[in-house]
Amino acid sequence: MNRINLLFANKKNNILNIYFTAGHPHLEDTVAIIQSLTEAGADLVEIGMPYSDPLADGPTIQASSAQALRNGMNLGLLFNQIKDARTKSSIPFIMMGYFNQLMQYGIERFMAKAKDSGVDGMIIPDLPVEEFEKHYKELFDRYDMNISFLITPQTPEARIRHIDAVSNSFIYMVSSNAITGAKSNIDAEQEEYFTRIEHMKLKNPRLIGFGISNKTTFDKACGFAQGAIIGSAFIQTLDKAKQDEIKTKVNQFISSVRNGSPA
Amino acid sequence: MSYAVDTKGFYGNFGGAYIPEMLQHNVETLRDRYLDIINDPSFKKEFNDLLKNYVGRPSPLYEAKRFSSKYGARIFLKREDLNHTGAHKINNTIGQILLAERLGKKRIIAETGAGQHGVATATVCALKNIECIVYMGAVDIERQAPNVARMKMLGATVVPATSGSQTLKDATNEAIRDWIQNPADTHYIIGSVVGPHPYPDMVARFQSIISEEIRQQLPEYIDADKPDSIVACVGGGSNAAGAFYHFLDDRAVRLVAVEAAGEGIHSGRSAATSVLGTEGIIHGSRTLLMQTVDGQIVEPHSISAGLDYPGIGPLHAHLIKSGRAEAISITDDHAVKAAFLLTRLEGIIPALESAHALAALDVMSYRPNENIVICLSGRGDKDLATYMKYLDKI
Repeated sequence: MNRINLLFANKKNNILNIYFTAGHPHLEDTVAIIQSLTEAGADLVEIGMPYSDPLADGPTIQASSAQALRNGMNLGLLFNQIKDARTKSSIPFIMMGYFNQLMQYGIERFMAKAKDSGVDGMIIPDLPVEEFEKHYKELFDRYDMNISFLITPQTPEARIRHIDAVSNSFIYMVSSNAITGAKSNIDAEQEEYFTRIEHMKLKNPRLIGFGISNKTTFDKACGFAQGAIIGSAFIQTLDKAKQDEIKTKVNQFISSVRNGSPA
Repeated sequence: MSYAVDTKGFYGNFGGAYIPEMLQHNVETLRDRYLDIINDPSFKKEFNDLLKNYVGRPSPLYEAKRFSSKYGARIFLKREDLNHTGAHKINNTIGQILLAERLGKKRIIAETGAGQHGVATATVCALKNIECIVYMGAVDIERQAPNVARMKMLGATVVPATSGSQTLKDATNEAIRDWIQNPADTHYIIGSVVGPHPYPDMVARFQSIISEEIRQQLPEYIDADKPDSIVACVGGGSNAAGAFYHFLDDRAVRLVAVEAAGEGIHSGRSAATSVLGTEGIIHGSRTLLMQTVDGQIVEPHSISAGLDYPGIGPLHAHLIKSGRAEAISITDDHAVKAAFLLTRLEGIIPALESAHALAALDVMSYRPNENIVICLSGRGDKDLATYMKYLDKI
């Protein structure tokens, strides 16, 4: 069974998914970040492939991506790092990036390499579900590669049902009409949207992302879904970290989200 | 072979809508409604009335006789520079503001490179009393100061894009991010035949007035309603799409798309997408773009802010790859020389963008006395600071 499906079969709530941009703050931090996240108690890790033009991302992830690219990150190097990290962690790995990156690498070559490196799933925000179904689903299935699609407050019910039917992973609920990192609280309108989706009784579990940054917002999100995704806030804590501080910073961050205070 | 967009939004292998879910609702609504709206008689009436009485159409087709004798061809300039606001961009913004009204949108965003599309958008927003926010690369804000001032006077908010190369590509990214955050009340007026379907087709339709008029005007000069060649500059490619539109299926008409070679195609500072580009995705469209083997988008360079874009519209990618259009690249210096030549021979100061199309005459082959239409997409007032730097060298 795919590690993502195994996780959701065994754990029903308070699932914490952490996003980081590979190659930030330093080129060689990937293994240390993944290992530290695993030890600190993150349930999934989302490995961002830095991209020059990340359309759905706010200033924090844009800046970390630009830094990672300046540091020299590329897919060849990243797959090696992930393969190394896989020997030190058994939590699910998800790669997040933009479709052009997969296209240029070659979709099938990407699948084979990702699987071989220990990757369990993908998030590709600019690959629409229809395009995936028509051209790539068969390939993803063949490599046992899960994929998560985004839904937003504007996504109509029929489209959510369709996404739920095509998905074999968690559904990524974008918390508001936003780019990543843009909001810092959860308001009544968002709660209404979360409740509406909860009542749809989808077959796939849901994680809420965008604007989740601390214990307050994480706990609130977990009241409406199986868990939540934190990206920009985590990247900010790593921003100025020296290489030997990574482990401490990661521990402090996860502890503050889980317990409300740094470890 | 057909050059019209198919029902999925593709021109051959190029086009489509590779967009994040956050944009899906707006882009789908646009896709489902744009044809009904723009084919509605009340829309057509208002659109045509504004093009005639507000923009000043039809724009003249002018036989440039001194320029013609220099080149030994009959050269006709389609004078989009004489439109209100000084470029072809207004044709599209008039169409899109009327569309936005009918979609019930209360806020307009736009990206701009040279500032011509920003000015044209700010203009129609003033006309319709709609809030206007224009994203413009910080580098472009510096080099196109007169247009920034015009946008401000028109009441628009100009927001600098400070990411990446701080030019048109980055301004487009910022506009898309704005739209993600304001999906309900905002319409995004894209300025070229780029972006997700239906934008390339919609913008091409609004710009197709250019070739419609060329067809009507040519018989005043020659015994035909089509030229031998049509030449237009291509950044994203909206004036070229408009100038080619009604001749796409007529293979007797040669189509020449002129790109910016910058400091030279292989100088590392270029925007010659058809030569340097490979298939990929930029701003939601599958097309040719300049990128690394890892799929990172390369920062382009052109002296002309309007051509300083690492992609081309999917229609043009299809036209060039299928051999229907011929691509020519022109360097910064060559374009400036052509601008001075036209100015001194005809008393017309062209925009730097349009100057690339003029310079193509030095490179392309043509028969003696061939009929050539060049789309003079804009006027050069905005580029005077750049031209003055060359004044003593010409």
